[in-house]
Amino acid sequence: MLLSIRSLTKTFPGTRALDGVDFDLRAGEVHALLGENGAGKSTLIKCLTGAYRRDGGTMTLEGAAIDPRSTAHAQELGIGTVYQEVNLLPNLTVAQNLMFGREPRRFGLIQTRAMRAQARALLAEYGLDLDVDRDLGTYSVAIQQIVAIARAVTLSGKVLILDEPTASLDAAEVRMVFDVVRGLRERGLGIVFVSHFLDQVFDLSDRVTVLRNGRKIVTTDIASLDRVRLIEHMLGRELEDATAHHAAARGPRPPMLEFRGMTRRGVIQPFDLAVGQGEVVGLAGLLGSGRTESAELLFGLLGAHSGQARDQEGPLDLRSPRAAIAAGFGFVPEERKTDGIVADLSIRENIILALQARRGWARPIPRGDQNRLADDYIRRLDIRTAGRDKRIGELSGGNQQKVILARWLAMNPRFLILDEPTRGIDVGAHAEIVRLIHELVEQGMSLLVISSEIDELIAVSDRVIVLRDRRHVAELTGTEIAPNRIMQAIAATEAT
Amino acid sequence: MNTRALPLYVTIGIFLLAYLVFWLQFPNILSTRVIGNLLTDNAYLGIVAVGMTLVILSGGIDLSVGSVIAFSGVFIAVLLRDTSLHPLAVFAILLALTTAFGAGMGFLIDRLAMPAFIVTLAGMFLARGAAYILSIDSVPIQHPFYDWLQSLYWLMPGKGRLRLIGMVMVATFILGMIVAHKTRFGASVYALGGGEATARLMGVRQGRTTVLVYAFSGAMAGLSGIVFSIYTGSGYSLATVGTELTAIAAVVIGGTLLTGGAGYMFGTFVGVLTMGLIQTYIVFDGSLSSWWTKIVIGVLLLAFILLQKALLKLSRMRLAKGVS
Repeated sequence: MLLSIRSLTKTFPGTRALDGVDFDLRAGEVHALLGENGAGKSTLIKCLTGAYRRDGGTMTLEGAAIDPRSTAHAQELGIGTVYQEVNLLPNLTVAQNLMFGREPRRFGLIQTRAMRAQARALLAEYGLDLDVDRDLGTYSVAIQQIVAIARAVTLSGKVLILDEPTASLDAAEVRMVFDVVRGLRERGLGIVFVSHFLDQVFDLSDRVTVLRNGRKIVTTDIASLDRVRLIEHMLGRELEDATAHHAAARGPRPPMLEFRGMTRRGVIQPFDLAVGQGEVVGLAGLLGSGRTESAELLFGLLGAHSGQARDQEGPLDLRSPRAAIAAGFGFVPEERKTDGIVADLSIRENIILALQARRGWARPIPRGDQNRLADDYIRRLDIRTAGRDKRIGELSGGNQQKVILARWLAMNPRFLILDEPTRGIDVGAHAEIVRLIHELVEQGMSLLVISSEIDELIAVSDRVIVLRDRRHVAELTGTEIAPNRIMQAIAATEAT
Repeated sequence: MNTRALPLYVTIGIFLLAYLVFWLQFPNILSTRVIGNLLTDNAYLGIVAVGMTLVILSGGIDLSVGSVIAFSGVFIAVLLRDTSLHPLAVFAILLALTTAFGAGMGFLIDRLAMPAFIVTLAGMFLARGAAYILSIDSVPIQHPFYDWLQSLYWLMPGKGRLRLIGMVMVATFILGMIVAHKTRFGASVYALGGGEATARLMGVRQGRTTVLVYAFSGAMAGLSGIVFSIYTGSGYSLATVGTELTAIAAVVIGGTLLTGGAGYMFGTFVGVLTMGLIQTYIVFDGSLSSWWTKIVIGVLLLAFILLQKALLKLSRMRLAKGVS
């Protein structure tokens, strides 16, 4: 065994990102590491590359225990990484990038000619013949990735981690990069391959390990696994508790909003969507299938190239989030830390943010009203805090999420979009948010819920729309909303 | 084609064009006397611009250099007036002082993760204030060694005189080119300017590089101060106000990207000469207000910033095409 990880643990405030994960890598294999956002893939990789220090567990490389302290240290140990982007510097030449830190020198001065020759020789091993004096940034992303791989392999040479290396490549370029990776597998490197493109995983990998919620679900030969089983492992069926009541029994809802032909070129194919009053529409699909993009289009965050939105009274203007908010929409984004909370403001200030923006900054909400509002929501949503003026950044993930919810509930929206509302929060808060969704629906609010967890979608949705490859491919209602139906719809034609 | 060198070619083109226009109007511009004066008069600016180029390449900025030049002049003048130290010893003390000053600013920028703008702005006030404390009035420098330094020149063919300080500037630019383009330190500077996070991933020692960059700029500012004191024969705390901005302008006109990571030391040399040429033209013309220099420099700066934006867009478009 080349690399062996045992019961790896890593905890962040409010979340346990890795919970006793085991992982093995053989020399001469491509081992796919799969999981949805927040499953722990990137934390595992960061522990391997020294970007994070692990809290517990052991790592051994070729039989020796290792503890990478930094990216440079991991490289010295033999672990190199190629990320989706930001690997190399586009403003330096190909030769400079390849040889950075190892330039041939005489009397302290870089020997440009020797450097060029070495760079060319190195690239020849990968079947590339480039003008090494050109800026790296002038080459295609595929070439840049191969140059990055070449650099990582020469620097490290034992383990190569490929973290979504193909996310911005087209089919021909993917083949080009894969040929290089296969060549490295022949040379006996252990390769960890992270990707959300299942076709590529089946194409390239020998074995696969699936993580979910910071735990290892399975490690197995890729040949013994079919697509539906794999997706089942990734999406899981965890929320099998009493909250999983099925909403379909409530029958059809009165129509409220209608979207027609919403699209943005290269981002999401045209789709129609009708939302009834008090209805919960769930969006299912894998990472990168266009779920978040659909929501952002509806909220005016991404400009739609065409499409119309209307309610019972007439057309709606959704050209910007501001317009969408005026139309009674709300949006709880996926990236809570960067797009949701303002970490340095207090809970009170975070709650009144949207309300104050709508009133206009010239008319501040009186402090007394602010306090009442904040206290009211802290009580209603059971936000666990020492007080309303505590910095929101100090709260746990679940409580932060409740504050963001409170921000929108204070606006009293008729249509609220929740993008991964339970991402990265603990199980208790998880159930509370599901319960809260049920309450809101009772009050007549309409919701669009995006989630990677199928059971969560089943628990809350009246209807589930399945996305694949940036397209709305299926709509399931009533008794069709069942785990196997959803997974089949996600897996269906990806096999072609 | 590689777009990297395009701003440099544009800079050289503009300089040659300006020279041509100048020559059509005043044929004797081609004489080595004018060229000698161009190098002599802009020596202090060129030297400080060498340091500034490196700072800007690293993605930073150094606003303190103008004040450091003034401080250097007063420091030298006061020390030569009040002590019996030899000027060379004074130069050594001064260079150690300004280098340490720059290194200190670099240390703060790196350790406290503060914007270079703020730290060097504080440095600007500090150095200017220190100059005032030494002397409010202009202090003349009277020393035989200084007279000798001022009298040194190389008589070029055509009776033009390349004075010592002009030679020092040319030598400084050669040094700057070696540092920027031929050392690992220089490569690290470009890497930092290209992207700090990526540079760290590639093994750049960010702290060390940052400190060295500002130390280098401090040393250049000190050397520029020495040259300026030889040029003017005095030290005055109100001198070279705004020189840091002129130096930044020269760097940008020289084709260096203000956000860092791309540019050439030689471009800055041409940038300094271009600015000097405009000034010389206004002197030759005689009827123009010298403020026209500022206007032309303003226009040139704007043109270069637009050019760089356009180039950036062009390379991005090409990249996008490469992906699809």
